[in-house]
Amino acid sequence: MKKLLIVLSIVFTASSLFIACGNDKEQNVTLYECPMHCEGDKTYDEAGSCPVCKMDLTPVNTDEPIVANTNEIDENSIFNLTSKWTNQHNETITLKDLKGDVLVMVMIYTSCQAACPRLVADMRNISQKVDNKEVKYVLVSIDPETDTPEKMKAFAIENQLGDDQWILLRSTADDTREFSNVLAVKYKQISPIDFSHSNIISVFDKGGVLFHQQEGLGVDNEETVSKIKELVN
Amino acid sequence: MRKLSVIVILSILCNNLVFSQTNTSMQKIIGGTFVPLYGSDSSGIKVNSFQLDVYPVTNTQFLAFVKEYPKWKKSNALKIFADDSYLSKWVADDNFGTELNPSSPITNVSWYAAKAYCECQGKRLPTMDEWEYAAMASQTKKNAQKDSVFNQMIVESYETPKTYKKLVGSTYKNYWGIYDMHGLVWEWTSDFNSVLISGESRQDVDTEKNLFCGSGAINASDLMDYAAFMRYAFRGSIKANYNIQNLGFRCAKNLK
Repeated sequence: MKKLLIVLSIVFTASSLFIACGNDKEQNVTLYECPMHCEGDKTYDEAGSCPVCKMDLTPVNTDEPIVANTNEIDENSIFNLTSKWTNQHNETITLKDLKGDVLVMVMIYTSCQAACPRLVADMRNISQKVDNKEVKYVLVSIDPETDTPEKMKAFAIENQLGDDQWILLRSTADDTREFSNVLAVKYKQISPIDFSHSNIISVFDKGGVLFHQQEGLGVDNEETVSKIKELVN
Repeated sequence: MRKLSVIVILSILCNNLVFSQTNTSMQKIIGGTFVPLYGSDSSGIKVNSFQLDVYPVTNTQFLAFVKEYPKWKKSNALKIFADDSYLSKWVADDNFGTELNPSSPITNVSWYAAKAYCECQGKRLPTMDEWEYAAMASQTKKNAQKDSVFNQMIVESYETPKTYKKLVGSTYKNYWGIYDMHGLVWEWTSDFNSVLISGESRQDVDTEKNLFCGSGAINASDLMDYAAFMRYAFRGSIKANYNIQNLGFRCAKNLK
């Protein structure tokens, strides 16, 4: 039951979000009917009383109520990806498990000496300015072969990304490539230990739809911060 | 949840089943080392032996695919995987119309759709290096990178409009027995997004600064580089959910 409640609350946040985004996904409409079925299966859009027996109309009990909509995912959502990921605690997740929080994502690799430390610093700066627990910061490895859960964990500790707002993920080479395409991040292995990669920080709304991207290193993060705050509220 | 499980089941099925359609035959490409325009120093890149489809995937074959996997039908494909131009010339979900020839290459197809097609056949998209390696073969030579006649042919084909309307197999057969590597359509590769061209003022990419210096100095005698530059620049400019009129694909496979 508790689970159902959680699911329901997710639905509500998710559906309000869809409306906020001007998404034209079907909304949940509650229909009403006469409890005595005086007029057969006739339903009404609003609460009121039955014109025949004058009893109060009751909401229609459909077999698959709101729960059926819990898994309504926007077609632009990254939750449509079915790839499996491992986090720094060696737990396997899908992206959909991150549903419900605003997501700030970046692709890096832990042995990176040049840009990644600066990208991570950018992420940390953003998180300090946003200062809200409803945001998750996700670092996705472009070097899954090297970035084992142990390495990712060590990296998190080293970079003060210890609390549970920070998630480090790795997947297979193929699924990582697919994910990079969703973010429009480009990367290429240029030596056994080094990669070239785009420096893009992506912000996703609670439904997993891309909302904002910040490109470049050490750029002014005011806009990104305000976009994230906009999504949280 | 039900929807998700259906998707999961479909994808599992998809990995195990080879669907009932005319599967394009493949030819073995014997590996070797070559120097692509992009992505390597002069020591070159080693490509392992692999198999490659003899022809690009056709309209007929892709129609069979969407019938088997309805989630890839024109009206079902999710926006994140295919933008509005997906199968844009098709008149219906199950019909590519009369304007497109059944034996012409499928185009207006996204990277995700191309990837799914190949995976559903137990194949995969070729890597960019594999594709370039196979494509540098002329009718008679494994490596025709320096062959001026061959390069002239490639560049001229890029200048010819509407080559996507030709039929597969209507251009040349190369050294490996593969048709239409040039002259028909551009083709998706699995890692097309590994081309990092720094966008002028946007410092979005941490990349080798001298990436395209060579190409910046291109002159008329560098036809090989010119043609290759066009391909890499094109790859660097597209996104995986794009569907483009002259962009199709063929599948590859590891050797057993």
